[in-house]
Amino acid sequence: MPASDTVPALATGRAFRALLVRDLTLAFRHRGEMANPLIFFIMVATLIPLGVTPESRQLAVLAPGIIWVMALLASLLSAESLFLADYRDGTLEQLVLSPQPLWLMVLAKITVHWLVTGLPLTLLSPLLGIMLSLPAAGFGSLLASLALGTAALSMIGAIGAALTVAISRGGLLLSLIVMPLYMPVLIFGASAVQLAVDGVSPVGNLAVLGALLAFSCLLSPFATAGALRVSLHG
Amino acid sequence: MPEPLLRASPILECCDIAFERDFVPVFSGLSFALRRGEMLQVSGANGSGKTTLLRLLATSLTPSAGRILWQGQDLDRCRTAYRSELTYLGHQAGIKAELTPRENLRWLLPFHPNASGNAERALAAVGLAGLEDSPCATLSAGQQRRVALARLYLSTAALWILDEPFTAIDRDGVSRLEQLMHAHASRGGVVVLTTHQPLGLDGVRLLEMEPYACV
Repeated sequence: MPASDTVPALATGRAFRALLVRDLTLAFRHRGEMANPLIFFIMVATLIPLGVTPESRQLAVLAPGIIWVMALLASLLSAESLFLADYRDGTLEQLVLSPQPLWLMVLAKITVHWLVTGLPLTLLSPLLGIMLSLPAAGFGSLLASLALGTAALSMIGAIGAALTVAISRGGLLLSLIVMPLYMPVLIFGASAVQLAVDGVSPVGNLAVLGALLAFSCLLSPFATAGALRVSLHG
Repeated sequence: MPEPLLRASPILECCDIAFERDFVPVFSGLSFALRRGEMLQVSGANGSGKTTLLRLLATSLTPSAGRILWQGQDLDRCRTAYRSELTYLGHQAGIKAELTPRENLRWLLPFHPNASGNAERALAAVGLAGLEDSPCATLSAGQQRRVALARLYLSTAALWILDEPFTAIDRDGVSRLEQLMHAHASRGGVVVLTTHQPLGLDGVRLLEMEPYACV
């Protein structure tokens, strides 16, 4: 009986969905942990007017940059835990040793990461815009740039998280690896909002963000899957 | 049941494999062959490389020398086919404390083409009936281990690799697990396991790992 005859069709789609549902369930059972980046996000937005200036004209100048830097840091803070729990309890080994394509399973995990960090941050950003007196013209661009940008950040962060998962206290190393890759997203994201505030069309910048997202979607799952295999070999 | 001729040829073969970690040899020159229906107990002192050998067989690690053959084919060539014929239970069994036993079993099912069946029945078989929906965090260490072992009741994979399956399991559970492994072997399956306990089963082959000595 050759091995190939005994392999039933791989239910890859079902596996993808099962992992997606499992990770969402886990995220909702850890609601406190999930809310951490959001609380951080709101806290900084509350403190900036108190610490820098309450004057709305000056705040308006700072708002696009501040909101974007906060989103970046919140995404970075949560990236570390992307694979850590799975690595510690042996789930990651089960994933790697299953016949399913690992990159697709990684994609499921990254998707959940974005759904529980990037998406809430994006949805919360108009509130922060109001707190930091962002001019009304910037809101549409803020939402669009954060939606695209945080997804790209999740993709990029996953590579770093996979590389450092086996290292104890790999958080600092993760920041060092990921930070340079985050820069283009930050630059184009924050300037998209700034352009909209200045009355210039931000479409070009949003298109670059979209391209960054497409590029990271293409590369990150494979790079992350490779990095996970390397980490498990340790 | 496989034909007698196929039964005679080894299904899993290790040819002179060696492994070193950070240039320190863990073991070398290890060879054995397993036929369908055979069980192999890997024993040896702590640190003699039992878990490493099991992780090599599970394709989690790759040997630094030598070859592992599955049905006469090099593992590098038939990795996906091999992995779908494999059920591996490591030290860390991959049980999420936040999920219930039922959820823990269910999400992993579609990952293995050779896993099917009823999660409730598997949990009942390991003595967890009535606890299917309580979070694993509220279960004892032995009960959590049983959740992991319930996976074996759902597995129709040919090769079972079990790292210390009896840890934290009571005497009744051990004998049930032994029966399960015996049934698997008599169906033509192969079991490779490590344990420090003497097994109450006949016909288990023994592989003694020795701590590596530099010559």
